[in-house]
Amino acid sequence: MSSAMYERMRGNPKFRELVAKRGRFAWTLAAIVLTMFYGFVMVVAFAPASLGQPIAEGSRWTVGLIAELFMFIFFWLLTAAYVRKANTEFDALSQEIVRDAWKENK
Amino acid sequence: MRKIVSALGLLSLCTLAIAAGDSLGPTEQQATNWHAITMFCLFVAMTMGITYWAASRTKSTSDFYTAGGGITGFQNGLAIAGDYMSAATLLGLTAMVYTQGYDGYIYMLCFFAGWPIILFLMAERLRNLGKFTFSDITAYRLDQGKVRTMAAISSLTVVCFYLIAQMVGAGQLIKLLFGLDYNVAIFAVGLLMMVYVTFGGMVATTWVQIIKAVMLLSGGTLVMFLAMTQFNFSFTNVMDQAMSVHKLGEKLMHPGSLLADPVTAISLGLGLMFGTAGLPHILMRFFTVTDAKEARKSVLYASGFVAYFFNVIFLMGLTAILIVGQNPEFFEGGEIGKKLIGGGNMVAMHLAKAVGGDMLLGFLAAVAFATILAVVSGLALAGASAISHDIYARVIKKGTASEAAEIRVSKIATICLGFVAIILGIAFEKQNIAFMVGLAFGVAAAANFPVLILSMYWKGLTTRGALWGGYGGLVSAVLFVLFSKSVWVDVLGNAAPLFPYTQPALFAMPIAFLLAWIGSTSDSSARAKTEIEAFDDQYVRAQTGYGAASASNH
Repeated sequence: MSSAMYERMRGNPKFRELVAKRGRFAWTLAAIVLTMFYGFVMVVAFAPASLGQPIAEGSRWTVGLIAELFMFIFFWLLTAAYVRKANTEFDALSQEIVRDAWKENK
Repeated sequence: MRKIVSALGLLSLCTLAIAAGDSLGPTEQQATNWHAITMFCLFVAMTMGITYWAASRTKSTSDFYTAGGGITGFQNGLAIAGDYMSAATLLGLTAMVYTQGYDGYIYMLCFFAGWPIILFLMAERLRNLGKFTFSDITAYRLDQGKVRTMAAISSLTVVCFYLIAQMVGAGQLIKLLFGLDYNVAIFAVGLLMMVYVTFGGMVATTWVQIIKAVMLLSGGTLVMFLAMTQFNFSFTNVMDQAMSVHKLGEKLMHPGSLLADPVTAISLGLGLMFGTAGLPHILMRFFTVTDAKEARKSVLYASGFVAYFFNVIFLMGLTAILIVGQNPEFFEGGEIGKKLIGGGNMVAMHLAKAVGGDMLLGFLAAVAFATILAVVSGLALAGASAISHDIYARVIKKGTASEAAEIRVSKIATICLGFVAIILGIAFEKQNIAFMVGLAFGVAAAANFPVLILSMYWKGLTTRGALWGGYGGLVSAVLFVLFSKSVWVDVLGNAAPLFPYTQPALFAMPIAFLLAWIGSTSDSSARAKTEIEAFDDQYVRAQTGYGAASASNH
C-alpha cells in the first residue's frame, strides 16, 4: 500500500481532528463502562449486603437488581450512541481525509 | 461437491434416526424424544440446504474464511450472538439463577460488559487492519513467521479447550435430551460440523449461527412468556413466591458464595470481559462484514441480543424456582428437594416441558443441540484458519501458497480438528470439565488480548515484546489453572492447590503486559526500529480504513 498516501493523510489537519475527536469520545465511553462495571464488582466484593437492600420499604426490587438492569440498558445505549456518531460524523471525516489525499495525488 | 454435501447430509440424518432406534432399548435412562429429534432433523435439513448453496459460492480464500466480506451488520450481529451464546449459556445460567439467584445475574453482566469495550476500543481497528484472522493484526508490522506461529498456537489452545467443553457438554446433553448414546452424539456433532465447515466455509457457518440464534432467542422468549403468564407478568409476584419457597429465602437477591472473595470477583470480571475480546472465533467474525461501519453495527445488534437474552434467562431461572422447583414430577423419586431428573443443568428443559408440554421441550432440546453444533462449527473454522492461513500460507509457504492450496489445507485442518474434537470429547467424558470454559477465557484474556491490543495501540511493540507477552500470557494462564483447585485438586487428586484462586486473569494478564513491555523496550535491534517506524502507516490505516481488505464482489 502506498506509504505516500498515508504520509499525506497523516499531514492533513483533519486527520488529527478525527483522531482527537474519536479518541476522546471512545475513551470517555470506555471509561464510563469500566468505572461503572468495576465499581459494581468492587461493591459485590466488599459490600455485598448493600446490593440486597430493597429500594423501598416492602418492595421486592433490590438495589442490586436495579443497578444491573440499569447497566444492561445504559451500556447498550452507549454502544448505540457510539455507533451513531462514528457511522455518520467520524466516517464522513475519514472519507474526506482519504479524498483529500487522492486529490493531492493528482 | 454438491452431491457429496447432500449425500453426507442424508447420511447424518440417517445416523441420527438409526441411533435413535437403537436407544429405544430398556437400558437407556431417557426415552427417545421424537419431538426433539424431528425438530432437530428439520434444523439439520435446513442447514444442509444452506451448506449446499454455500458450497457453490465458496471459491476463494476470502469466501472460505470471511464469506467474501459481504455479511451485513445485522446478520453478523445475529451470528456473533449465536457464536457467543452457547448451550452453557442457556442451560448453565438458567440453572445458576435457579440455585443461586442473584449470583447468576452478576455472572451474566460480566459476560455482557466486554461488548461495549470491544466496540469502543477494538471493532473498527480490527476491521480496518485484519483480513482473515486476528494474527493479521498482531503480525501487521512484526516478524510474520514468529508472531503468527505464536498467535496460532494460542488460538488453537483456546479453540481446543473450548471444543472439549462443548463436545463433552454436547454428548451428555444429547444423551439426556434425545436418548442417544454418548459416543453417537459426539460423532454426530463432529461429522455435521465437518460437513458445514469444509463445504460451506464461513458462508454456511454464518447462516448456521444466524438460524440458531433466531431459534434460541424465540424459544427462550416463548418459554419466558408462557412462564410469566402464570404470575400475571408481575415481577413482584414472582419474587414474593420465590423467596418464600427457595432455600436462600430473602438472601435470594443477595450476592452469595460464588464471588465470595474480592480477588475472585475482580479476576472473573477481567477474565470474562477481556477474554471475550480475545476469542479467535469471535474476532474472526469482524472480518466478515463489508467495512468498519458494518462492524460497529454488528456489535450494536449482537450486544442488544445478548443483553436481552440474559434478562430472559434471568426470568426463566426465577420462574423455574416455582414452576419446576415446586413440582414433584421433575425430581428423582417424585420428592421435592431431591436431585432434579437429569441433573442440575436440566432446569431450562423442565421449565419448557412444564409450560409448553412435549412440543416445547422438543423445540428447546433441538435448540440446545443446534447451539452446540453452531458453536463447534465456529470454533473449528477459527482453528482451521489459524492452521491454514497463519501456519501454512504465511509461516511455511511465506505467502507463496496458491488460494486453492490454502483452502485445501484448511479443509484438511477442519477434518483433523473434527476428529480431534471427537477424540477429546470421548476421552474427557468422565472428567470434570467445569474449568474448561474458564480456561479458554483465561488463555484468551492473557495470551491473545494483551498482544492484540498493544499491537493496535502501542507504537513501541516489537516482535520480541509480542513473543514474550504472548507466550508469557499463555504459559502463565495455563499454569495458574493447572495449579488451581479445579485441576490440581479436583482432577489430579492432590491435597491442596498450589495457586489459591480459581480465576487466572488478574494474575496472568499483568504478566503478559509486563513481559511485552520489557521485551519491547529492551529490544534495540535494527529490526525493532523499522517495526516501530511502521506503526505510523498502520495507525493511519487503522483510523481511516484506507487500504483495508474490502468485500469481494458477489
